[in-house]
Amino acid sequence: MMHPGWLQTQGEALALDLTKPLHLTLAIAPDLVLVAGAMMLLLYAAWSPESAQHSRRVALGSMVVALLTLVAVLGFGAAGFVAGPGPVAVDGFRWTSDVIFLLATIIVIGLSMEYNAREGIVTPEAHVLVLFATVGMMLMAAARDLMVLFLGIETMSIAVYVLVGLNRRQARSAEGALKYFLLGAFSTAFLLYGIALVYGATGATNLSVIGGRIAALALGDSPMLLVGVALLLVGFGFKLAAAPFHMWAPDVYEGAPTPITAYMAAGVKAAAFAAFLRVWIEAFGHIYTAWHDALWWLAAATMVVGNLVALQQRNIKRMLAYSSIGHTGFLLVAVTAATPQATSAFLFYLLAYTLATMGAFAIIIGLGSTESPRERIEDFHGLWFERPGLAIAMTVFMLAMLGFPVFGGMGFFAKWYVLQAAIDAPAPQVRLAVLLVLATTISAGYYLYVVMVMFMKPRPEGAPALPSVSPLSRAVIVGSAALLLVFGLFPDPVVRWARAGTGVMPGMPSAAAIPSPAVTGSPAPTGTSR
Amino acid sequence: MAAFLASLNYNAWVLPALLLIPTLGALIVWAHGVVVGQGDAASRTARRLTFAILVFEFLVSMGLWWSLDVRVADWQAGFDRPWIDAWGARFSLGVDGLSVMMVLLTTFLMPLAILGGWTSIRSKVHGYHALMLLLTTGMLGVFVARDLFLFYVMWEVMLVPMYFIIGIWGGERRIYASLKFFIYTMVGSLLMLVAIVYLGVQAGGASGRPNFDYDAIVAVASQSSAGSFWLFGAFFLAFAVKVPMFPFHTWLPDAHVEAPTAGSVILAGILLKLGTYGFLRVALPFFPAVAMDPTVRTAIIALAVIGVVYGSLVALVQPDIKKLVAYSSVAHLGFVMLGIFALTVESVQGALMVMIGHGLSTGALFLLVGIIYERTHTRLIDHYGGIAKVVPLFATILTVVALSSIGLPGTNGFVAEFLVMVGAYRTYPVFTVVSATGVVLAAAYLLWALQRMIYNKLDNPQMAALRDLNWREFGLLVPILAGILWMGVYPKPVLDRMEASVQRLVETVGAQRSVAQRAPGESGGR
Repeated sequence: MMHPGWLQTQGEALALDLTKPLHLTLAIAPDLVLVAGAMMLLLYAAWSPESAQHSRRVALGSMVVALLTLVAVLGFGAAGFVAGPGPVAVDGFRWTSDVIFLLATIIVIGLSMEYNAREGIVTPEAHVLVLFATVGMMLMAAARDLMVLFLGIETMSIAVYVLVGLNRRQARSAEGALKYFLLGAFSTAFLLYGIALVYGATGATNLSVIGGRIAALALGDSPMLLVGVALLLVGFGFKLAAAPFHMWAPDVYEGAPTPITAYMAAGVKAAAFAAFLRVWIEAFGHIYTAWHDALWWLAAATMVVGNLVALQQRNIKRMLAYSSIGHTGFLLVAVTAATPQATSAFLFYLLAYTLATMGAFAIIIGLGSTESPRERIEDFHGLWFERPGLAIAMTVFMLAMLGFPVFGGMGFFAKWYVLQAAIDAPAPQVRLAVLLVLATTISAGYYLYVVMVMFMKPRPEGAPALPSVSPLSRAVIVGSAALLLVFGLFPDPVVRWARAGTGVMPGMPSAAAIPSPAVTGSPAPTGTSR
Repeated sequence: MAAFLASLNYNAWVLPALLLIPTLGALIVWAHGVVVGQGDAASRTARRLTFAILVFEFLVSMGLWWSLDVRVADWQAGFDRPWIDAWGARFSLGVDGLSVMMVLLTTFLMPLAILGGWTSIRSKVHGYHALMLLLTTGMLGVFVARDLFLFYVMWEVMLVPMYFIIGIWGGERRIYASLKFFIYTMVGSLLMLVAIVYLGVQAGGASGRPNFDYDAIVAVASQSSAGSFWLFGAFFLAFAVKVPMFPFHTWLPDAHVEAPTAGSVILAGILLKLGTYGFLRVALPFFPAVAMDPTVRTAIIALAVIGVVYGSLVALVQPDIKKLVAYSSVAHLGFVMLGIFALTVESVQGALMVMIGHGLSTGALFLLVGIIYERTHTRLIDHYGGIAKVVPLFATILTVVALSSIGLPGTNGFVAEFLVMVGAYRTYPVFTVVSATGVVLAAAYLLWALQRMIYNKLDNPQMAALRDLNWREFGLLVPILAGILWMGVYPKPVLDRMEASVQRLVETVGAQRSVAQRAPGESGGR
């Protein structure tokens, strides 16, 4: 790697001084690539009148822009930049999260190309909006300052509000959009108020400064700070769809156009989690004991509620919505453990979950048609007899979400990694780990139900013939299933990749900051969780 | 023979080969179905191909009989490769006296199970056989895993093929039965997952990387700590569901009855043994102090004996022959658990013998039931009404197999149950005497069923035209009969192969007990 003269090297890595505008610009260069591309595409979209063909061109352009950004991100990740304190982070966690977002973005644009054409949605801006939402996500993963974070959240959310209501002719789509908008605005208020209180208590918005001041000034008992943290938790709870702040998710997921549902289930959730993890570890790592219990209960409630309610769903999009709430709970377990290992487990899980979600939604999109959207579980009866390949792929995705070894590929290792992180933490979360596996058992009830109807129920008589799955959806299905299965046997590269995304997080709670469990080696978790 | 195998360097490659052959076979059979299609000729090829693969597998595995040193108690034929470096998981295999006969039983029964489903599986033949081959990999994997991570993966791998085999090719209530089977097994095994992760992290210690090596975990786990009880509980649940012990047995009658013939044979013959094998391999050596705790031990033995008596009594009143055989499994596996937890050399050897013997005789019973069901489409004992005159060969073989299941001297059943009782009487005389009623009851339900099925006067005119066994059916039963008689008359070679490992198990676990009893609270390592 060539070192430009104005860059200082710090050991092997290239050190950026984020107080210099030029360095700051370089630090957000991949994001800028995406912004510039999105802006130009927006202009291009307005260039000619709305038509399916124009929409397709814009979609292709959007995929190219996202791909270029992905290349830039990978390049930056490989170059190993490091940075001093500043408003944005330059670290592995950011690049690794960005890869997941961009992967989801590219897949979603591919899926919506076909979906929109089928549903007669010809607005080309739809695809550009996905890019803008992705800009917001990348900012969220990069943010090391609460203001930048807020900017990212708003950029993402506003774009997604519009995307949910894209299908104007459908009442459910409009309902979902309105609900999402109102609750999103509501949660933003919580976030803002929380940010204000945290600023009031610490006098800073920069995460590392906040963390430093909390430690230096011993602010652990400051009521203003604690209320601020609590409000932030509520705000994030809404964005993550963690129980009891999850009520909006099923309606919105059901109403949104299916590719956008996939985008929300994978991308939006991943971004919210990335930001949440960074804020919690870096700014509030020193007051681990203050939020541990709250997060413990949040994780426990989310796992149980999400998976229990999913059992009753007969619409597959709603079922996947609740299942994604369940996965939020599993990921919160990793956040509760708050170790570098938990961070890599978290990234690993996100990748596996994103692949499985995208694959499953691609199948739903592929099977639907304008007349019959085929979103009920009955529509999957006997799929094996007509489309064995699709049924097998869907089984892989369901088993991956269930966390089953070999047949569910990476899904098992994702759960394993989270379990290992939870148990290996300085404050072993054994009780949470047990809860995690129990919730997983509950989830077997609905994931296997889908598998069961596909293989063991006959195809309903007189059911209309299934449409053939379009090439892009097929590529997504085959690609995700193949990646899941291959990494399900040899996960080492992904583990290394996820590990590269950690070791950051200066505020990672040290063993000393955490009250160790009463009996070392006992599987009982910390006393604080009682 | 041993020299010949040594010249092939047999021990170095046999275990990975045994896992690889069925896995590749499954891919080949499945690919064949995709490429050639599902026609009649293609289905025939799939059957033959699968049968050939599994026979080859059996021949390859036969070498283990000669190549292993019977005096060595430790792992043999080891194979060790790194797998997931970051998590300390290794692809580590080995066999010892506890597992070698189980491996051979598996490879022996699998081709026979395929023959048993030769004509009854008519739809989606390729998928069925590919799943059967994957199932073989999973079961063998559990028996030969030396790494707990691999053990768990293989443990779960078995579940999916069996789920599909019951759910797609099973009987009327197959969906219910398959889901119940899956959920029961999964509840148990997921808690085991937490325990394995916990132990792996403990064994990794300060290195920061978990260690799932069997011996390393034994070293860490067998030092009792406050958590041992819960960890043992997690393993206990996983294995007790699989065995199944009373009161975790309710999935078994459903799964056995609804599964297709080959599925029942494998369930009874091999899958159940994985549970008892788990106790021998994992639960006892890991947590000797907990397992030998008088309360825990008595409770488990009591459950085992309840299983023996309860299983026999319920079998007595079953109108459905397949259900009768299913409940008799609960009783037999109760004997195995009694033998394991009585923990004398004889009783553990007896338990292993029951495991093998039950695999053979119950496997044969399910095959026979499958054969007659295919002809009559009924499994109700009263519907047959005395068919010995019509199908003499069938009746003879059924009688021999039933007698071996009862434990008639000269058959494997006698040797096995006798050993368990002799061994267990020394530690738990009362329970052993109670469990002996199981033998009496076994005679009652099986002989009564035999009488109503084949020896009564033929009163059902529909049965008058039954065909007797054909060559395929006869051919697949002969090896099992030979095994039953051989192990009944001359079991010594089999017992020899177990002895060293069993001896060591009994000694190490027993030693731990005396340490724990002498000085509670300061029990040391092994």
